Amino acid sequence: MKKEEVPQDESALANFTREVCYVKNAAGRYETVLSKGWEVKKLALENAWDEVHERIEEAREAVRNGEKSAIYYFMALKIMDMPVMSDYTGFWPFVIRLHLRPAVFRRLGTKTLSRYARAFEISVEELKNFKG
Amino acid sequence: MEKAFEHLQAAHCENGVTTALLRHQGLDFMTEPLAFGMGSGLFYIQIPFLTVNNGPAISFRTMPGAIFSRTCKSLEVRILRKRFSAESTAERYLDQLIAKGIPVGCQVGVFHLPYFPVEYRFHFNAHNLIVFGKEADRYQVSDPVMEITTTLTRDELTKVRFAKGPLSPRGQAYFPVNTVPVTEDMIRMGIKRGIRRNVRDMLRIPGGFAGVQGIRYTANRIRKWREKLGVRKAGLFLGQIVRMQEEIGTGGGGFRFLYGAFLEEAFGYIPDEGLLRLSEEFTKAGDMWRANAVKMAGVYRGRATEQADFDEIADRMEAIREVEKQAFRKLSELKSLN
Repeated sequence: MKKEEVPQDESALANFTREVCYVKNAAGRYETVLSKGWEVKKLALENAWDEVHERIEEAREAVRNGEKSAIYYFMALKIMDMPVMSDYTGFWPFVIRLHLRPAVFRRLGTKTLSRYARAFEISVEELKNFKG
Repeated sequence: MEKAFEHLQAAHCENGVTTALLRHQGLDFMTEPLAFGMGSGLFYIQIPFLTVNNGPAISFRTMPGAIFSRTCKSLEVRILRKRFSAESTAERYLDQLIAKGIPVGCQVGVFHLPYFPVEYRFHFNAHNLIVFGKEADRYQVSDPVMEITTTLTRDELTKVRFAKGPLSPRGQAYFPVNTVPVTEDMIRMGIKRGIRRNVRDMLRIPGGFAGVQGIRYTANRIRKWREKLGVRKAGLFLGQIVRMQEEIGTGGGGFRFLYGAFLEEAFGYIPDEGLLRLSEEFTKAGDMWRANAVKMAGVYRGRATEQADFDEIADRMEAIREVEKQAFRKLSELKSLN
């Protein structure tokens, strides 16, 4: 990439940092330039977040319809997949899958719920009372 | 005598931490491209059957931690590296080092990193930063991707040091302990070794999904994505490749420009014109990766979503593979490196 081609597109990097790019200067040597971002990857990031937000809404719907427990919604909200959820709570994935069932979830004790609540950074009450 | 720590901005976090910590040890010649090249940082891999954040698991660089370890080892710099099971022990250990004026590299997760923009906070656990002091109740933090230094409270720092999930840092703290003075000869040896190891990683790793062969592996997958996943999901998958390739931390072009800069710098130590010629080849590869990112964006923009577009993306990756394969082959044949 040539120095004069470095994109300076406004992106999520604003108010955070500009990023270092390695570029060729006029003399054909490498140097670094700071960039504010690039449209191409900005779009990729935005699409990834659109997808996340869609999943969150789908999860909310599933909880509201009684198909899944509140844990399912907060996992989507905190973009936690099974390995991450398992590591934060210390529960095996198959145990977590059980807890995603509303009927099982309703019978969970405070001790179990608090492990989820801590991972989601919410209170046990919030977790218990989330209805979608 | 205590030396004031100097913040250094870098393209990539681990290079940045390595460079800044070694410079603090008095190795003033150290630069980001040099650390990257000595640590054989360039790579390509798509881990089969694995998805990360609902996309393909692809990396353009070598495994986390390797650049720091290899570069230090090449320069005969001893490393102290520690992981912890208890948060309080990890906190105490860090406090003791900082009290002695030793800047410490820490592996952290970015999901809870407060100064990161929300858009960048995924559960990614292989970020690195340096803690270099404490003022009032806040730790002074030098994050290599940032232009300036920042601070974190004890709770914030402990939280990111004990982030959970794949590659969880487990409080990992590390720093170099300089033992012997580094000679120009050692640097030359380190460069040669770094290049040879990188040649091996890119050309001779078996399995078919890593090194230059891995680029073909992904290309073949991409040809099937449109039919298998549908345009929308295929677009998200391509977006993930673009992010791994171009996001903050790569220096652009999937680290290929960084490698070009390294070879150019290597020429300063080993005056072989071949290094400069091959530096150009990596610049070319980086430019091709970027051009392909633009093409991939055509898919997730919804502007170019035909099978022919997917095939073109794959064809371009095949072409990139060829450029990189030839470049590494020629590197392996440079007499000055043996």
